[in-house]
Amino acid sequence: MSEIKLDSKIPAGPLADKWTNYKSHVKIVSPANKRKLEIIVVGTGLAGASAAATLGELGYKVKIFCISDSPRRAHSIAAQGGINAAKNYRNDNDSVYRLFYDTIKGGDFRAREANVYRLAEVSNAIIDKCVAQGVPFARDYAGLLANRSFGGAQVSRTFYARGQTGQQLLLGAYASLNAQIAAGNVVSYNRREMLDLVVIDGKAKGIIVRNLETGELERYGAHAVVLATGGYGNTYFLSTNAMNSNSSAAIQCYRKGACFANPCYVQIHPTCIPVHGEQQSKLTLMSESLRNDGRIWVPKKLEDVEKLRKKQIKPSQIPEEDRDYYLERRYPAFGNLVPRDVASRAAKERCDAGFGVNETGLAVFLDFAEPIKRLGEQAIRERYGNLFQMYEKITDVNPYKEPMMIFPAIHYTMGGIWVDYNLMTTIPGLYALGEANFSDHGGNRLGASALMQGLADGYYVIPYTIGDYLSHEIQTPKTDTNHPAFQEAEDAVKARIKKIMNVKGKQPVDELHKKLYHIMWEYVGMARNEAGLKKALTMIEDLKKEFWSDVCVPGTTDEFNQELEKANRFVDFLETAKLIALDALNRTESCGGHFREESQTPEGEAQRKDDEFMYVAAWEYKGEDQDPELHKEPLVYEEVKVATRNYKD
Amino acid sequence: MVNFLCSSIGKKLIMSLSGLFLVVFLLLHLALNLTALLSESAYNAVCVFMNENILIQIMVPVLAGGFIVHILFSMFVEFKNWTGRPRDMRYAVANKSKATSWASKNMFVLGVIVILFLFLHLFHFWSKMQLASWLGAEEANPYQLVVKTFSCPCVCVLYIVWFAAIYYHVSHGFWSAFQTLGLSNSKWLPRLQFLAKLYAIVVFWGFTLVPVCFYLRNCCGCCGASSCGL
Amino acid sequence: MKFTVKVWRQKNAKAKGKFETYRVEGISPDTSFLEMLDILNNQLIHEGKEPFAFDHDCREGICGMCSLYINGRPHGPDDEITTCQLHCRKFKDGDTITVEPWRSAAFPVVKDLVVNRHAFDEILQAGGFISTTGIAPDANIIPIRKQDADESMDASACIGCGACVATCKNGSAMLFVAARVSALAKLPQGRPEAAKRAKAMVAKMDELGFGACSNTGACEAECPKHISIAHIARLNREFLLANLQD
Repeated sequence: MSEIKLDSKIPAGPLADKWTNYKSHVKIVSPANKRKLEIIVVGTGLAGASAAATLGELGYKVKIFCISDSPRRAHSIAAQGGINAAKNYRNDNDSVYRLFYDTIKGGDFRAREANVYRLAEVSNAIIDKCVAQGVPFARDYAGLLANRSFGGAQVSRTFYARGQTGQQLLLGAYASLNAQIAAGNVVSYNRREMLDLVVIDGKAKGIIVRNLETGELERYGAHAVVLATGGYGNTYFLSTNAMNSNSSAAIQCYRKGACFANPCYVQIHPTCIPVHGEQQSKLTLMSESLRNDGRIWVPKKLEDVEKLRKKQIKPSQIPEEDRDYYLERRYPAFGNLVPRDVASRAAKERCDAGFGVNETGLAVFLDFAEPIKRLGEQAIRERYGNLFQMYEKITDVNPYKEPMMIFPAIHYTMGGIWVDYNLMTTIPGLYALGEANFSDHGGNRLGASALMQGLADGYYVIPYTIGDYLSHEIQTPKTDTNHPAFQEAEDAVKARIKKIMNVKGKQPVDELHKKLYHIMWEYVGMARNEAGLKKALTMIEDLKKEFWSDVCVPGTTDEFNQELEKANRFVDFLETAKLIALDALNRTESCGGHFREESQTPEGEAQRKDDEFMYVAAWEYKGEDQDPELHKEPLVYEEVKVATRNYKD
Repeated sequence: MVNFLCSSIGKKLIMSLSGLFLVVFLLLHLALNLTALLSESAYNAVCVFMNENILIQIMVPVLAGGFIVHILFSMFVEFKNWTGRPRDMRYAVANKSKATSWASKNMFVLGVIVILFLFLHLFHFWSKMQLASWLGAEEANPYQLVVKTFSCPCVCVLYIVWFAAIYYHVSHGFWSAFQTLGLSNSKWLPRLQFLAKLYAIVVFWGFTLVPVCFYLRNCCGCCGASSCGL
Repeated sequence: MKFTVKVWRQKNAKAKGKFETYRVEGISPDTSFLEMLDILNNQLIHEGKEPFAFDHDCREGICGMCSLYINGRPHGPDDEITTCQLHCRKFKDGDTITVEPWRSAAFPVVKDLVVNRHAFDEILQAGGFISTTGIAPDANIIPIRKQDADESMDASACIGCGACVATCKNGSAMLFVAARVSALAKLPQGRPEAAKRAKAMVAKMDELGFGACSNTGACEAECPKHISIAHIARLNREFLLANLQD
């Protein structure tokens, strides 16, 4: 047995006072000492950029790394809809507690109470901060901030900047980061990919990166390492993630001893543009905010479906009484605004029953005819103009005239590196923030909560919690990158790259990745079962062998080589895929984004098994050819009453 | 202030101010020219006034300075702009982007055309009128000079080409100057562009009218008539 | 559909580049332009050739990473889109498509179609921010006119792709700088640093080798977010007023 003991380090006391008490008693570092302490931040999305900016502002010496040509390209930029906060500006009875409860419930009671409460608590300060940075949130004619609603909530607590909220928040964080770069507190390293974590005496002390422009390996040391590298959705190849989003940094930390928690919780977003064919490399999300006004439906009659597929009729020609607004029918209380996992499964159910409305049978309608009639086209244009334009550019269909076609797609991963209340992983000195950690969303994330979590972790959590660790490191000198541990890590990276280059097979990485897509989407996708998962595990192993015997990576290692980047990441995607499947196999309940066909109610709703699975599954790496070891962190609910999620009434 | 004048926007600002000064000059010049269409005596009287008024005498070097500043700064800006995309970095496929106008992309070339013709113009008229008077030489009769110059069809065509170059140059330069001075916004941008076009049309047709009228009169053999009998 | 694709190949910043011509077939009109390039690259790998490098990431038109000059236009033959949003249906079957990198003195080529746009980061680091520290006052404490917030948002929509520089005959970054200056200048929070910001960003822009603006408006025409050159007027105004304060 391993020595890892998961200690969540949740502070004592009543839930509402935990964070305040924690902050009162946590150790801090003096300004003079902060100047001597170095922190590495990997990733420049909302979590990474906000963390680096804030830590720089506090006076730490920060190095920040990103794989793109600029920190501003991180995929947080693509978040469209908005960011939640418990401001209650609308006077609709919102509160910190309600945001907390909605998030816990939305996560299907699989998130840690104390973390989620803290998230809800700091949510308001985020909005204040962003406005101070100059984020141009939508406003009403009184000049005050506007709100809209998102799935899983019955209040309007989502702040937004047109359909580009993520972009505006990231530009805010990036601007703060730039201010710190200008001030000399942060040094930014672009087009650098982390390829290993360096652990010295059991503590995270540095990273090995590959300079993507020159191919050189570089060593960077620090007193602590903060991982903010996003999720692992691209394991599935087709997802709404950016093409370069990957799980490599997280997997390297996992291989070095950081536990990987709840990998099976993958969010499938209900409103994406359907797959058009085999040539596709990327799926495009249509913001959840569209469900504020749009209505989801399929025809009631199969003959209408046939005609639609043959393009004999247009969707707008199907009369109202022949349409099945299945979300409104099944979930009257929340209607089209049910959480994502529920909406996705309902779409799959209709398509499986043969009502899919496009040629592939894998699409449903999202219709704006009714709101356009009610509010006028101009009002809809103001709310969603850029999304409608994007839809038309991609599909060549005008959504003001005909309904959009949508289908679920991989979007977000709730699972991630296991962290305690301090956001520290099982490796001391290594932290994980944002989508890279597992902590706040349980089995399913609510819309507009990812931005909230990323910024909460970066602006308001890590600046406090990292001080607790670093206060013990003030005597530690600067990390020496000539330490044998750095040499060893660099050699390992070199060996792996060499091994990849030496395969000299026939298949481009993309083709192998597409094979992984088929395995994952088929057997580890929206609905999973034991036989399928076992099959997937075997197939992943086979694919791994295929990769190591037949991958083709042209070019050399000492140049800008995108195929090598892809191959490197693919090795880690294979590891991630295995983790997802193993975790999904272990969790025989249905819960949040994880649906096991064996565990459902007679109406086909997900059925949890609280007595067996009320825990966080944290997987510890045990070696290349061994299965990881499962550690369980029990989830204790002191404040909320665990109940079956009900969005019907 | 030195920093300001060395900045790209600072240099552009000088170009804008000198450009707007020349825009005003053009209108004034146009007004004088049009008197030639009224009568010989009116035109000659205006020319005498221009030669003798002390304010005008002061303004002549100022005007020349305006030209020189405009030209010099346009050269500073243009040469710097060439380094923005050096010769070895040119695109293989010519740029097909829509622009506000054809003129906007060719201001420097248009400017060069305007200057070259300007020398011709100074030789035709100014050297024989104001310059001659300064040098104490005998001045030509201004009106007869106009008649003589525009009796040649080639000269008329050259002048019209020149006015066309001025048309294009100011149709962009006029609003561009306001834009550079920061005196524009999303509401005023289209209005200024309209005004620029209007101004350019007035200047073009106003200037063109003189050689055309004089040439046609000459052809009809009615030169020397005291009014435009066309 | 089938295409002849001429791609700029350049080993690195110092090497001399040249065009290579490839043929690609069996492309669906619904395929995006970048997916077509993916297919072409995989075809090259199968033929034992080296694929060409190009920048891309979100493929949703928001990250600003993709940067191709296609048939004489940045982001190709369509308005208000990025390269990743361009679809093959915008071309005719059998077309020859010429693909070049952004060309500007300030954007050196890294490899093939990939350029280095670090100059944009440097300009923003010079002053493209509002300084904040720690805890901020309540978000609704200063009402901001809806028109001002909207105009700020219009400018803030800039994705930093560099199409404005790529298409400008002067390789000018004025629209990029103006968008940032304008976005912050329109907000009350941005006023205290407005003068400093305008001066610092313009100075950095000049230093990095971008040309000056001659108001051709090509930048606005090619901007995927259609940012108006009216913002350039505001930058000029801010810059002038800032200098008059000295």
